[in-house]
Amino acid sequence: MSKLLSVSGLKVGFGRGDALRPVVHGVDFDLAAGETLAIVGESGSGKSVTALSINRLVDYGGGRILDGRMDFLTAGGAVINLATASDRRMEKIRGGEIGMIFQEPMTSLNPVLTIGEQISEAFRLQRGLTGQAARAATLEALERVRIADAARRLGYYPHQLSGGMLQRVMIAMALATNPRLLIADEPTTALDVSVQAQIMALLAELRRETGTGLIFITHDMGLVAGIADRVMVMKEGQVVEQGPLDRILDHPDHPYTQHLLKAVPHFSGGRHVRRDHRRASAGETTPTLKVEGMTVRFPATAGLLRRSIGAIHAVESVDFDVMPGETLAIVGESGSGKSTTARALLGLVKPSRGTFSVLDERPANRRKPVQMVFQNPYASLNPRLDVESLLAEPVLASGERVDAAVRARMAALLERVGLPANSIRRYAHEFSGGQRQRLCIARALMVNPAVLVLDEAVSALDVSVQAKVLDLLIDLQNEMKLAYLFVSHDMAVVERIAHRVAVLYAGRIVEIGAAQAVLSSPQHAYTRRLIAAVPTMERRREIFELDTATIPTLLRPPGYEPPQDHWRVCGEDHQVRIEGDPYKDQNHVADARR
Amino acid sequence: MKAFFQSLLRHPSGRIGAAIVLLYIIVALLSQAGLTPYDPLKQFRIERLQGATLAHWMGTDMFGRDVLSRLMIGIGQSFLVAFSSVGLAAVIGTLLGLTAAWFGHLWDGLVMRLMDVLLAFPAILLALLFIAVVGPGTFTSILAIAFVYTPIFTRVVRGPALSIKTRDFVDAARSFGSSTSYILTRHLMLNLVAPLTVQVTLALAWSLLTESGLSFLGLGTQPPNSSLGLMLADSVNLMEMAPWLLIFPALAVMLGILGFNLLGDALRDILDPRMRRVVA
Repeated sequence: MSKLLSVSGLKVGFGRGDALRPVVHGVDFDLAAGETLAIVGESGSGKSVTALSINRLVDYGGGRILDGRMDFLTAGGAVINLATASDRRMEKIRGGEIGMIFQEPMTSLNPVLTIGEQISEAFRLQRGLTGQAARAATLEALERVRIADAARRLGYYPHQLSGGMLQRVMIAMALATNPRLLIADEPTTALDVSVQAQIMALLAELRRETGTGLIFITHDMGLVAGIADRVMVMKEGQVVEQGPLDRILDHPDHPYTQHLLKAVPHFSGGRHVRRDHRRASAGETTPTLKVEGMTVRFPATAGLLRRSIGAIHAVESVDFDVMPGETLAIVGESGSGKSTTARALLGLVKPSRGTFSVLDERPANRRKPVQMVFQNPYASLNPRLDVESLLAEPVLASGERVDAAVRARMAALLERVGLPANSIRRYAHEFSGGQRQRLCIARALMVNPAVLVLDEAVSALDVSVQAKVLDLLIDLQNEMKLAYLFVSHDMAVVERIAHRVAVLYAGRIVEIGAAQAVLSSPQHAYTRRLIAAVPTMERRREIFELDTATIPTLLRPPGYEPPQDHWRVCGEDHQVRIEGDPYKDQNHVADARR
Repeated sequence: MKAFFQSLLRHPSGRIGAAIVLLYIIVALLSQAGLTPYDPLKQFRIERLQGATLAHWMGTDMFGRDVLSRLMIGIGQSFLVAFSSVGLAAVIGTLLGLTAAWFGHLWDGLVMRLMDVLLAFPAILLALLFIAVVGPGTFTSILAIAFVYTPIFTRVVRGPALSIKTRDFVDAARSFGSSTSYILTRHLMLNLVAPLTVQVTLALAWSLLTESGLSFLGLGTQPPNSSLGLMLADSVNLMEMAPWLLIFPALAVMLGILGFNLLGDALRDILDPRMRRVVA
């Protein structure tokens, strides 16, 4: 095979003079035509900067290539050094020979132009197509990325399409000019698991069809297994190890690679669930949290006069309970109502119907027995308050004073979650993402809650940090007999922390039961689909299947009441809802955004 | 706090702006403490309409009063009006903007439409209208200027408050059961300090100008008290004979506005995290 791209001694830095901060310190790799290289690393490893250097987009972010060569074989057969090519040359190469897909499809497209206009723009610039020819080419491009009903979709604006659809549009644009190299920078990180599986499947198929070289940047070792031929592991701007996929996954040499592989939450289909808790049979223990018939509906209005057209049934008659010391994981995709359920328990949204009760053995006081840890530790801590004020807030909120006992508890909790003792006077921005999440956990524990709601609490963290925070959560649970409600879309994480799992689909629980039972023998079609979409190390270069099913709309006409649920018991602690094929629901509107 | 002053002094226009504003504040304080070279009302009959001399650095006016002393008193008076009116406007405007953003719906609509109406009039016209109704005087000009600048603070506060309101830490606070007043003060206000500081500084510059304008028209500070606008008004007819009567107060107004504007620009650069890199 001929070399498509050969990078040697690449060094990239930001800033100039005294402020020069090198972030990539000498990277070497080769990429053959049609080959896929995965660059893996945690945040700050320089993986994205390396990729952005190849098409020199790094120039626009204030970066500069300090040293090294990047020899790229162009379609014409000439070899040019991308590191020193002129800006005009690079413009031609970026449009024609190297395509790029970004992480956030929602922000990568122009919101005021239709997707048809944006794709045909690529054809106009690169191939000089106009009018009917451009339209035909655009249509073909959309069909190539398996967007159904492409002709109608041309007139859609980005906000009318779901994240997965937008990422397909981005891929269509990147492929518009038949690039010889495609760079995908975390293309599925912002997407749901099942959508992620579809995008991965699409990339794999397109790669086979077009023979494009692919550089795939990710932090997720699980995804690497599905697509890469070769893997390069980066840490702090340096390549720690590279080689063929199988060797890296099976016999990693470098301790960091081993560490990364170990930290990846392996999803093993329910074989490695927690066994440190036995669910007492009914009547034996009172559940800490009992939710009955929880329903959340948001009124929907349309038109100038805000005429009511019905309600969004975000959460519909959800029942579950959580025992002391037990973790119930609520899984589902975005729009399934899992976060809304969590927020309703905290009083952040008002349930339209239904009750929940918390068993609180402590003396009556104003302390809220349910506390929450949010997904994004960068947004959930007020940047202008120091740690002491942050930790004091739940205490003050329950009408108590910050006295010596409270201060002692602050110090004890900080130590318990693994933060340095001198943290108390520091501000949130002085901590890393993992430390901030520890801080959020400490804050939630300040008032001794009975239930902790963890809303995607580890999904914003790097894998190795994620593992440590999960360990901390498990330890704290065992120590304090906390009941956890763990909201997540990540099956591997769920397997690691959950005792029981509830699967939410379109606002309703479709399957609930012991984690081991639900994950190993899923009964509901949707649960199976969710589990099938999980990328794992074992499924190497497996061909993901393209699934075009979409989430049904949750908008119901005024006064609509859903039919009664019917449940099938399929195990000691395992129930599944009986229903007609959910994918043939008559209210099913293709691509409706939630 | 120390870092804040350091970066203010490192900022080129911040240094100049801060120096000017500090000088004015010292002058204002000295004048209010009665530490002027002469009694500003004392008339040196023989030395009427003199240019700058060793005894009278900025000359004397048509009644033989010392211009420097009157200028100092004038600065004190103008600052008193500017600071009280801007303070008043900031408090009322912030309160309105914050509650509008937080409670939304009808209250938001009501407050913001009222502010839109007020903003539709030119500042000086609105102040004139207010004084026409209430009557002239120092106190009324404070109220008038506060009235005119309240909508600006309301807007400046409401925008960021709306976005901070949706941040996770506000949700977190609500999940703890924190009271509305706690969330408004600790979470919203604390994050609004930066835009407010900038706005206050800039508003001080405008209100200095408005106060001079009102006094010039005879609607602000009343004689025999001194204010910058009043000194300008008195000097207009003698412009050719005694230009120093016009030049010194005019310079004082100009320099004051320049100082506040430079300081405001610098504060915006320093307090805006997006700009921080450029400055450092």
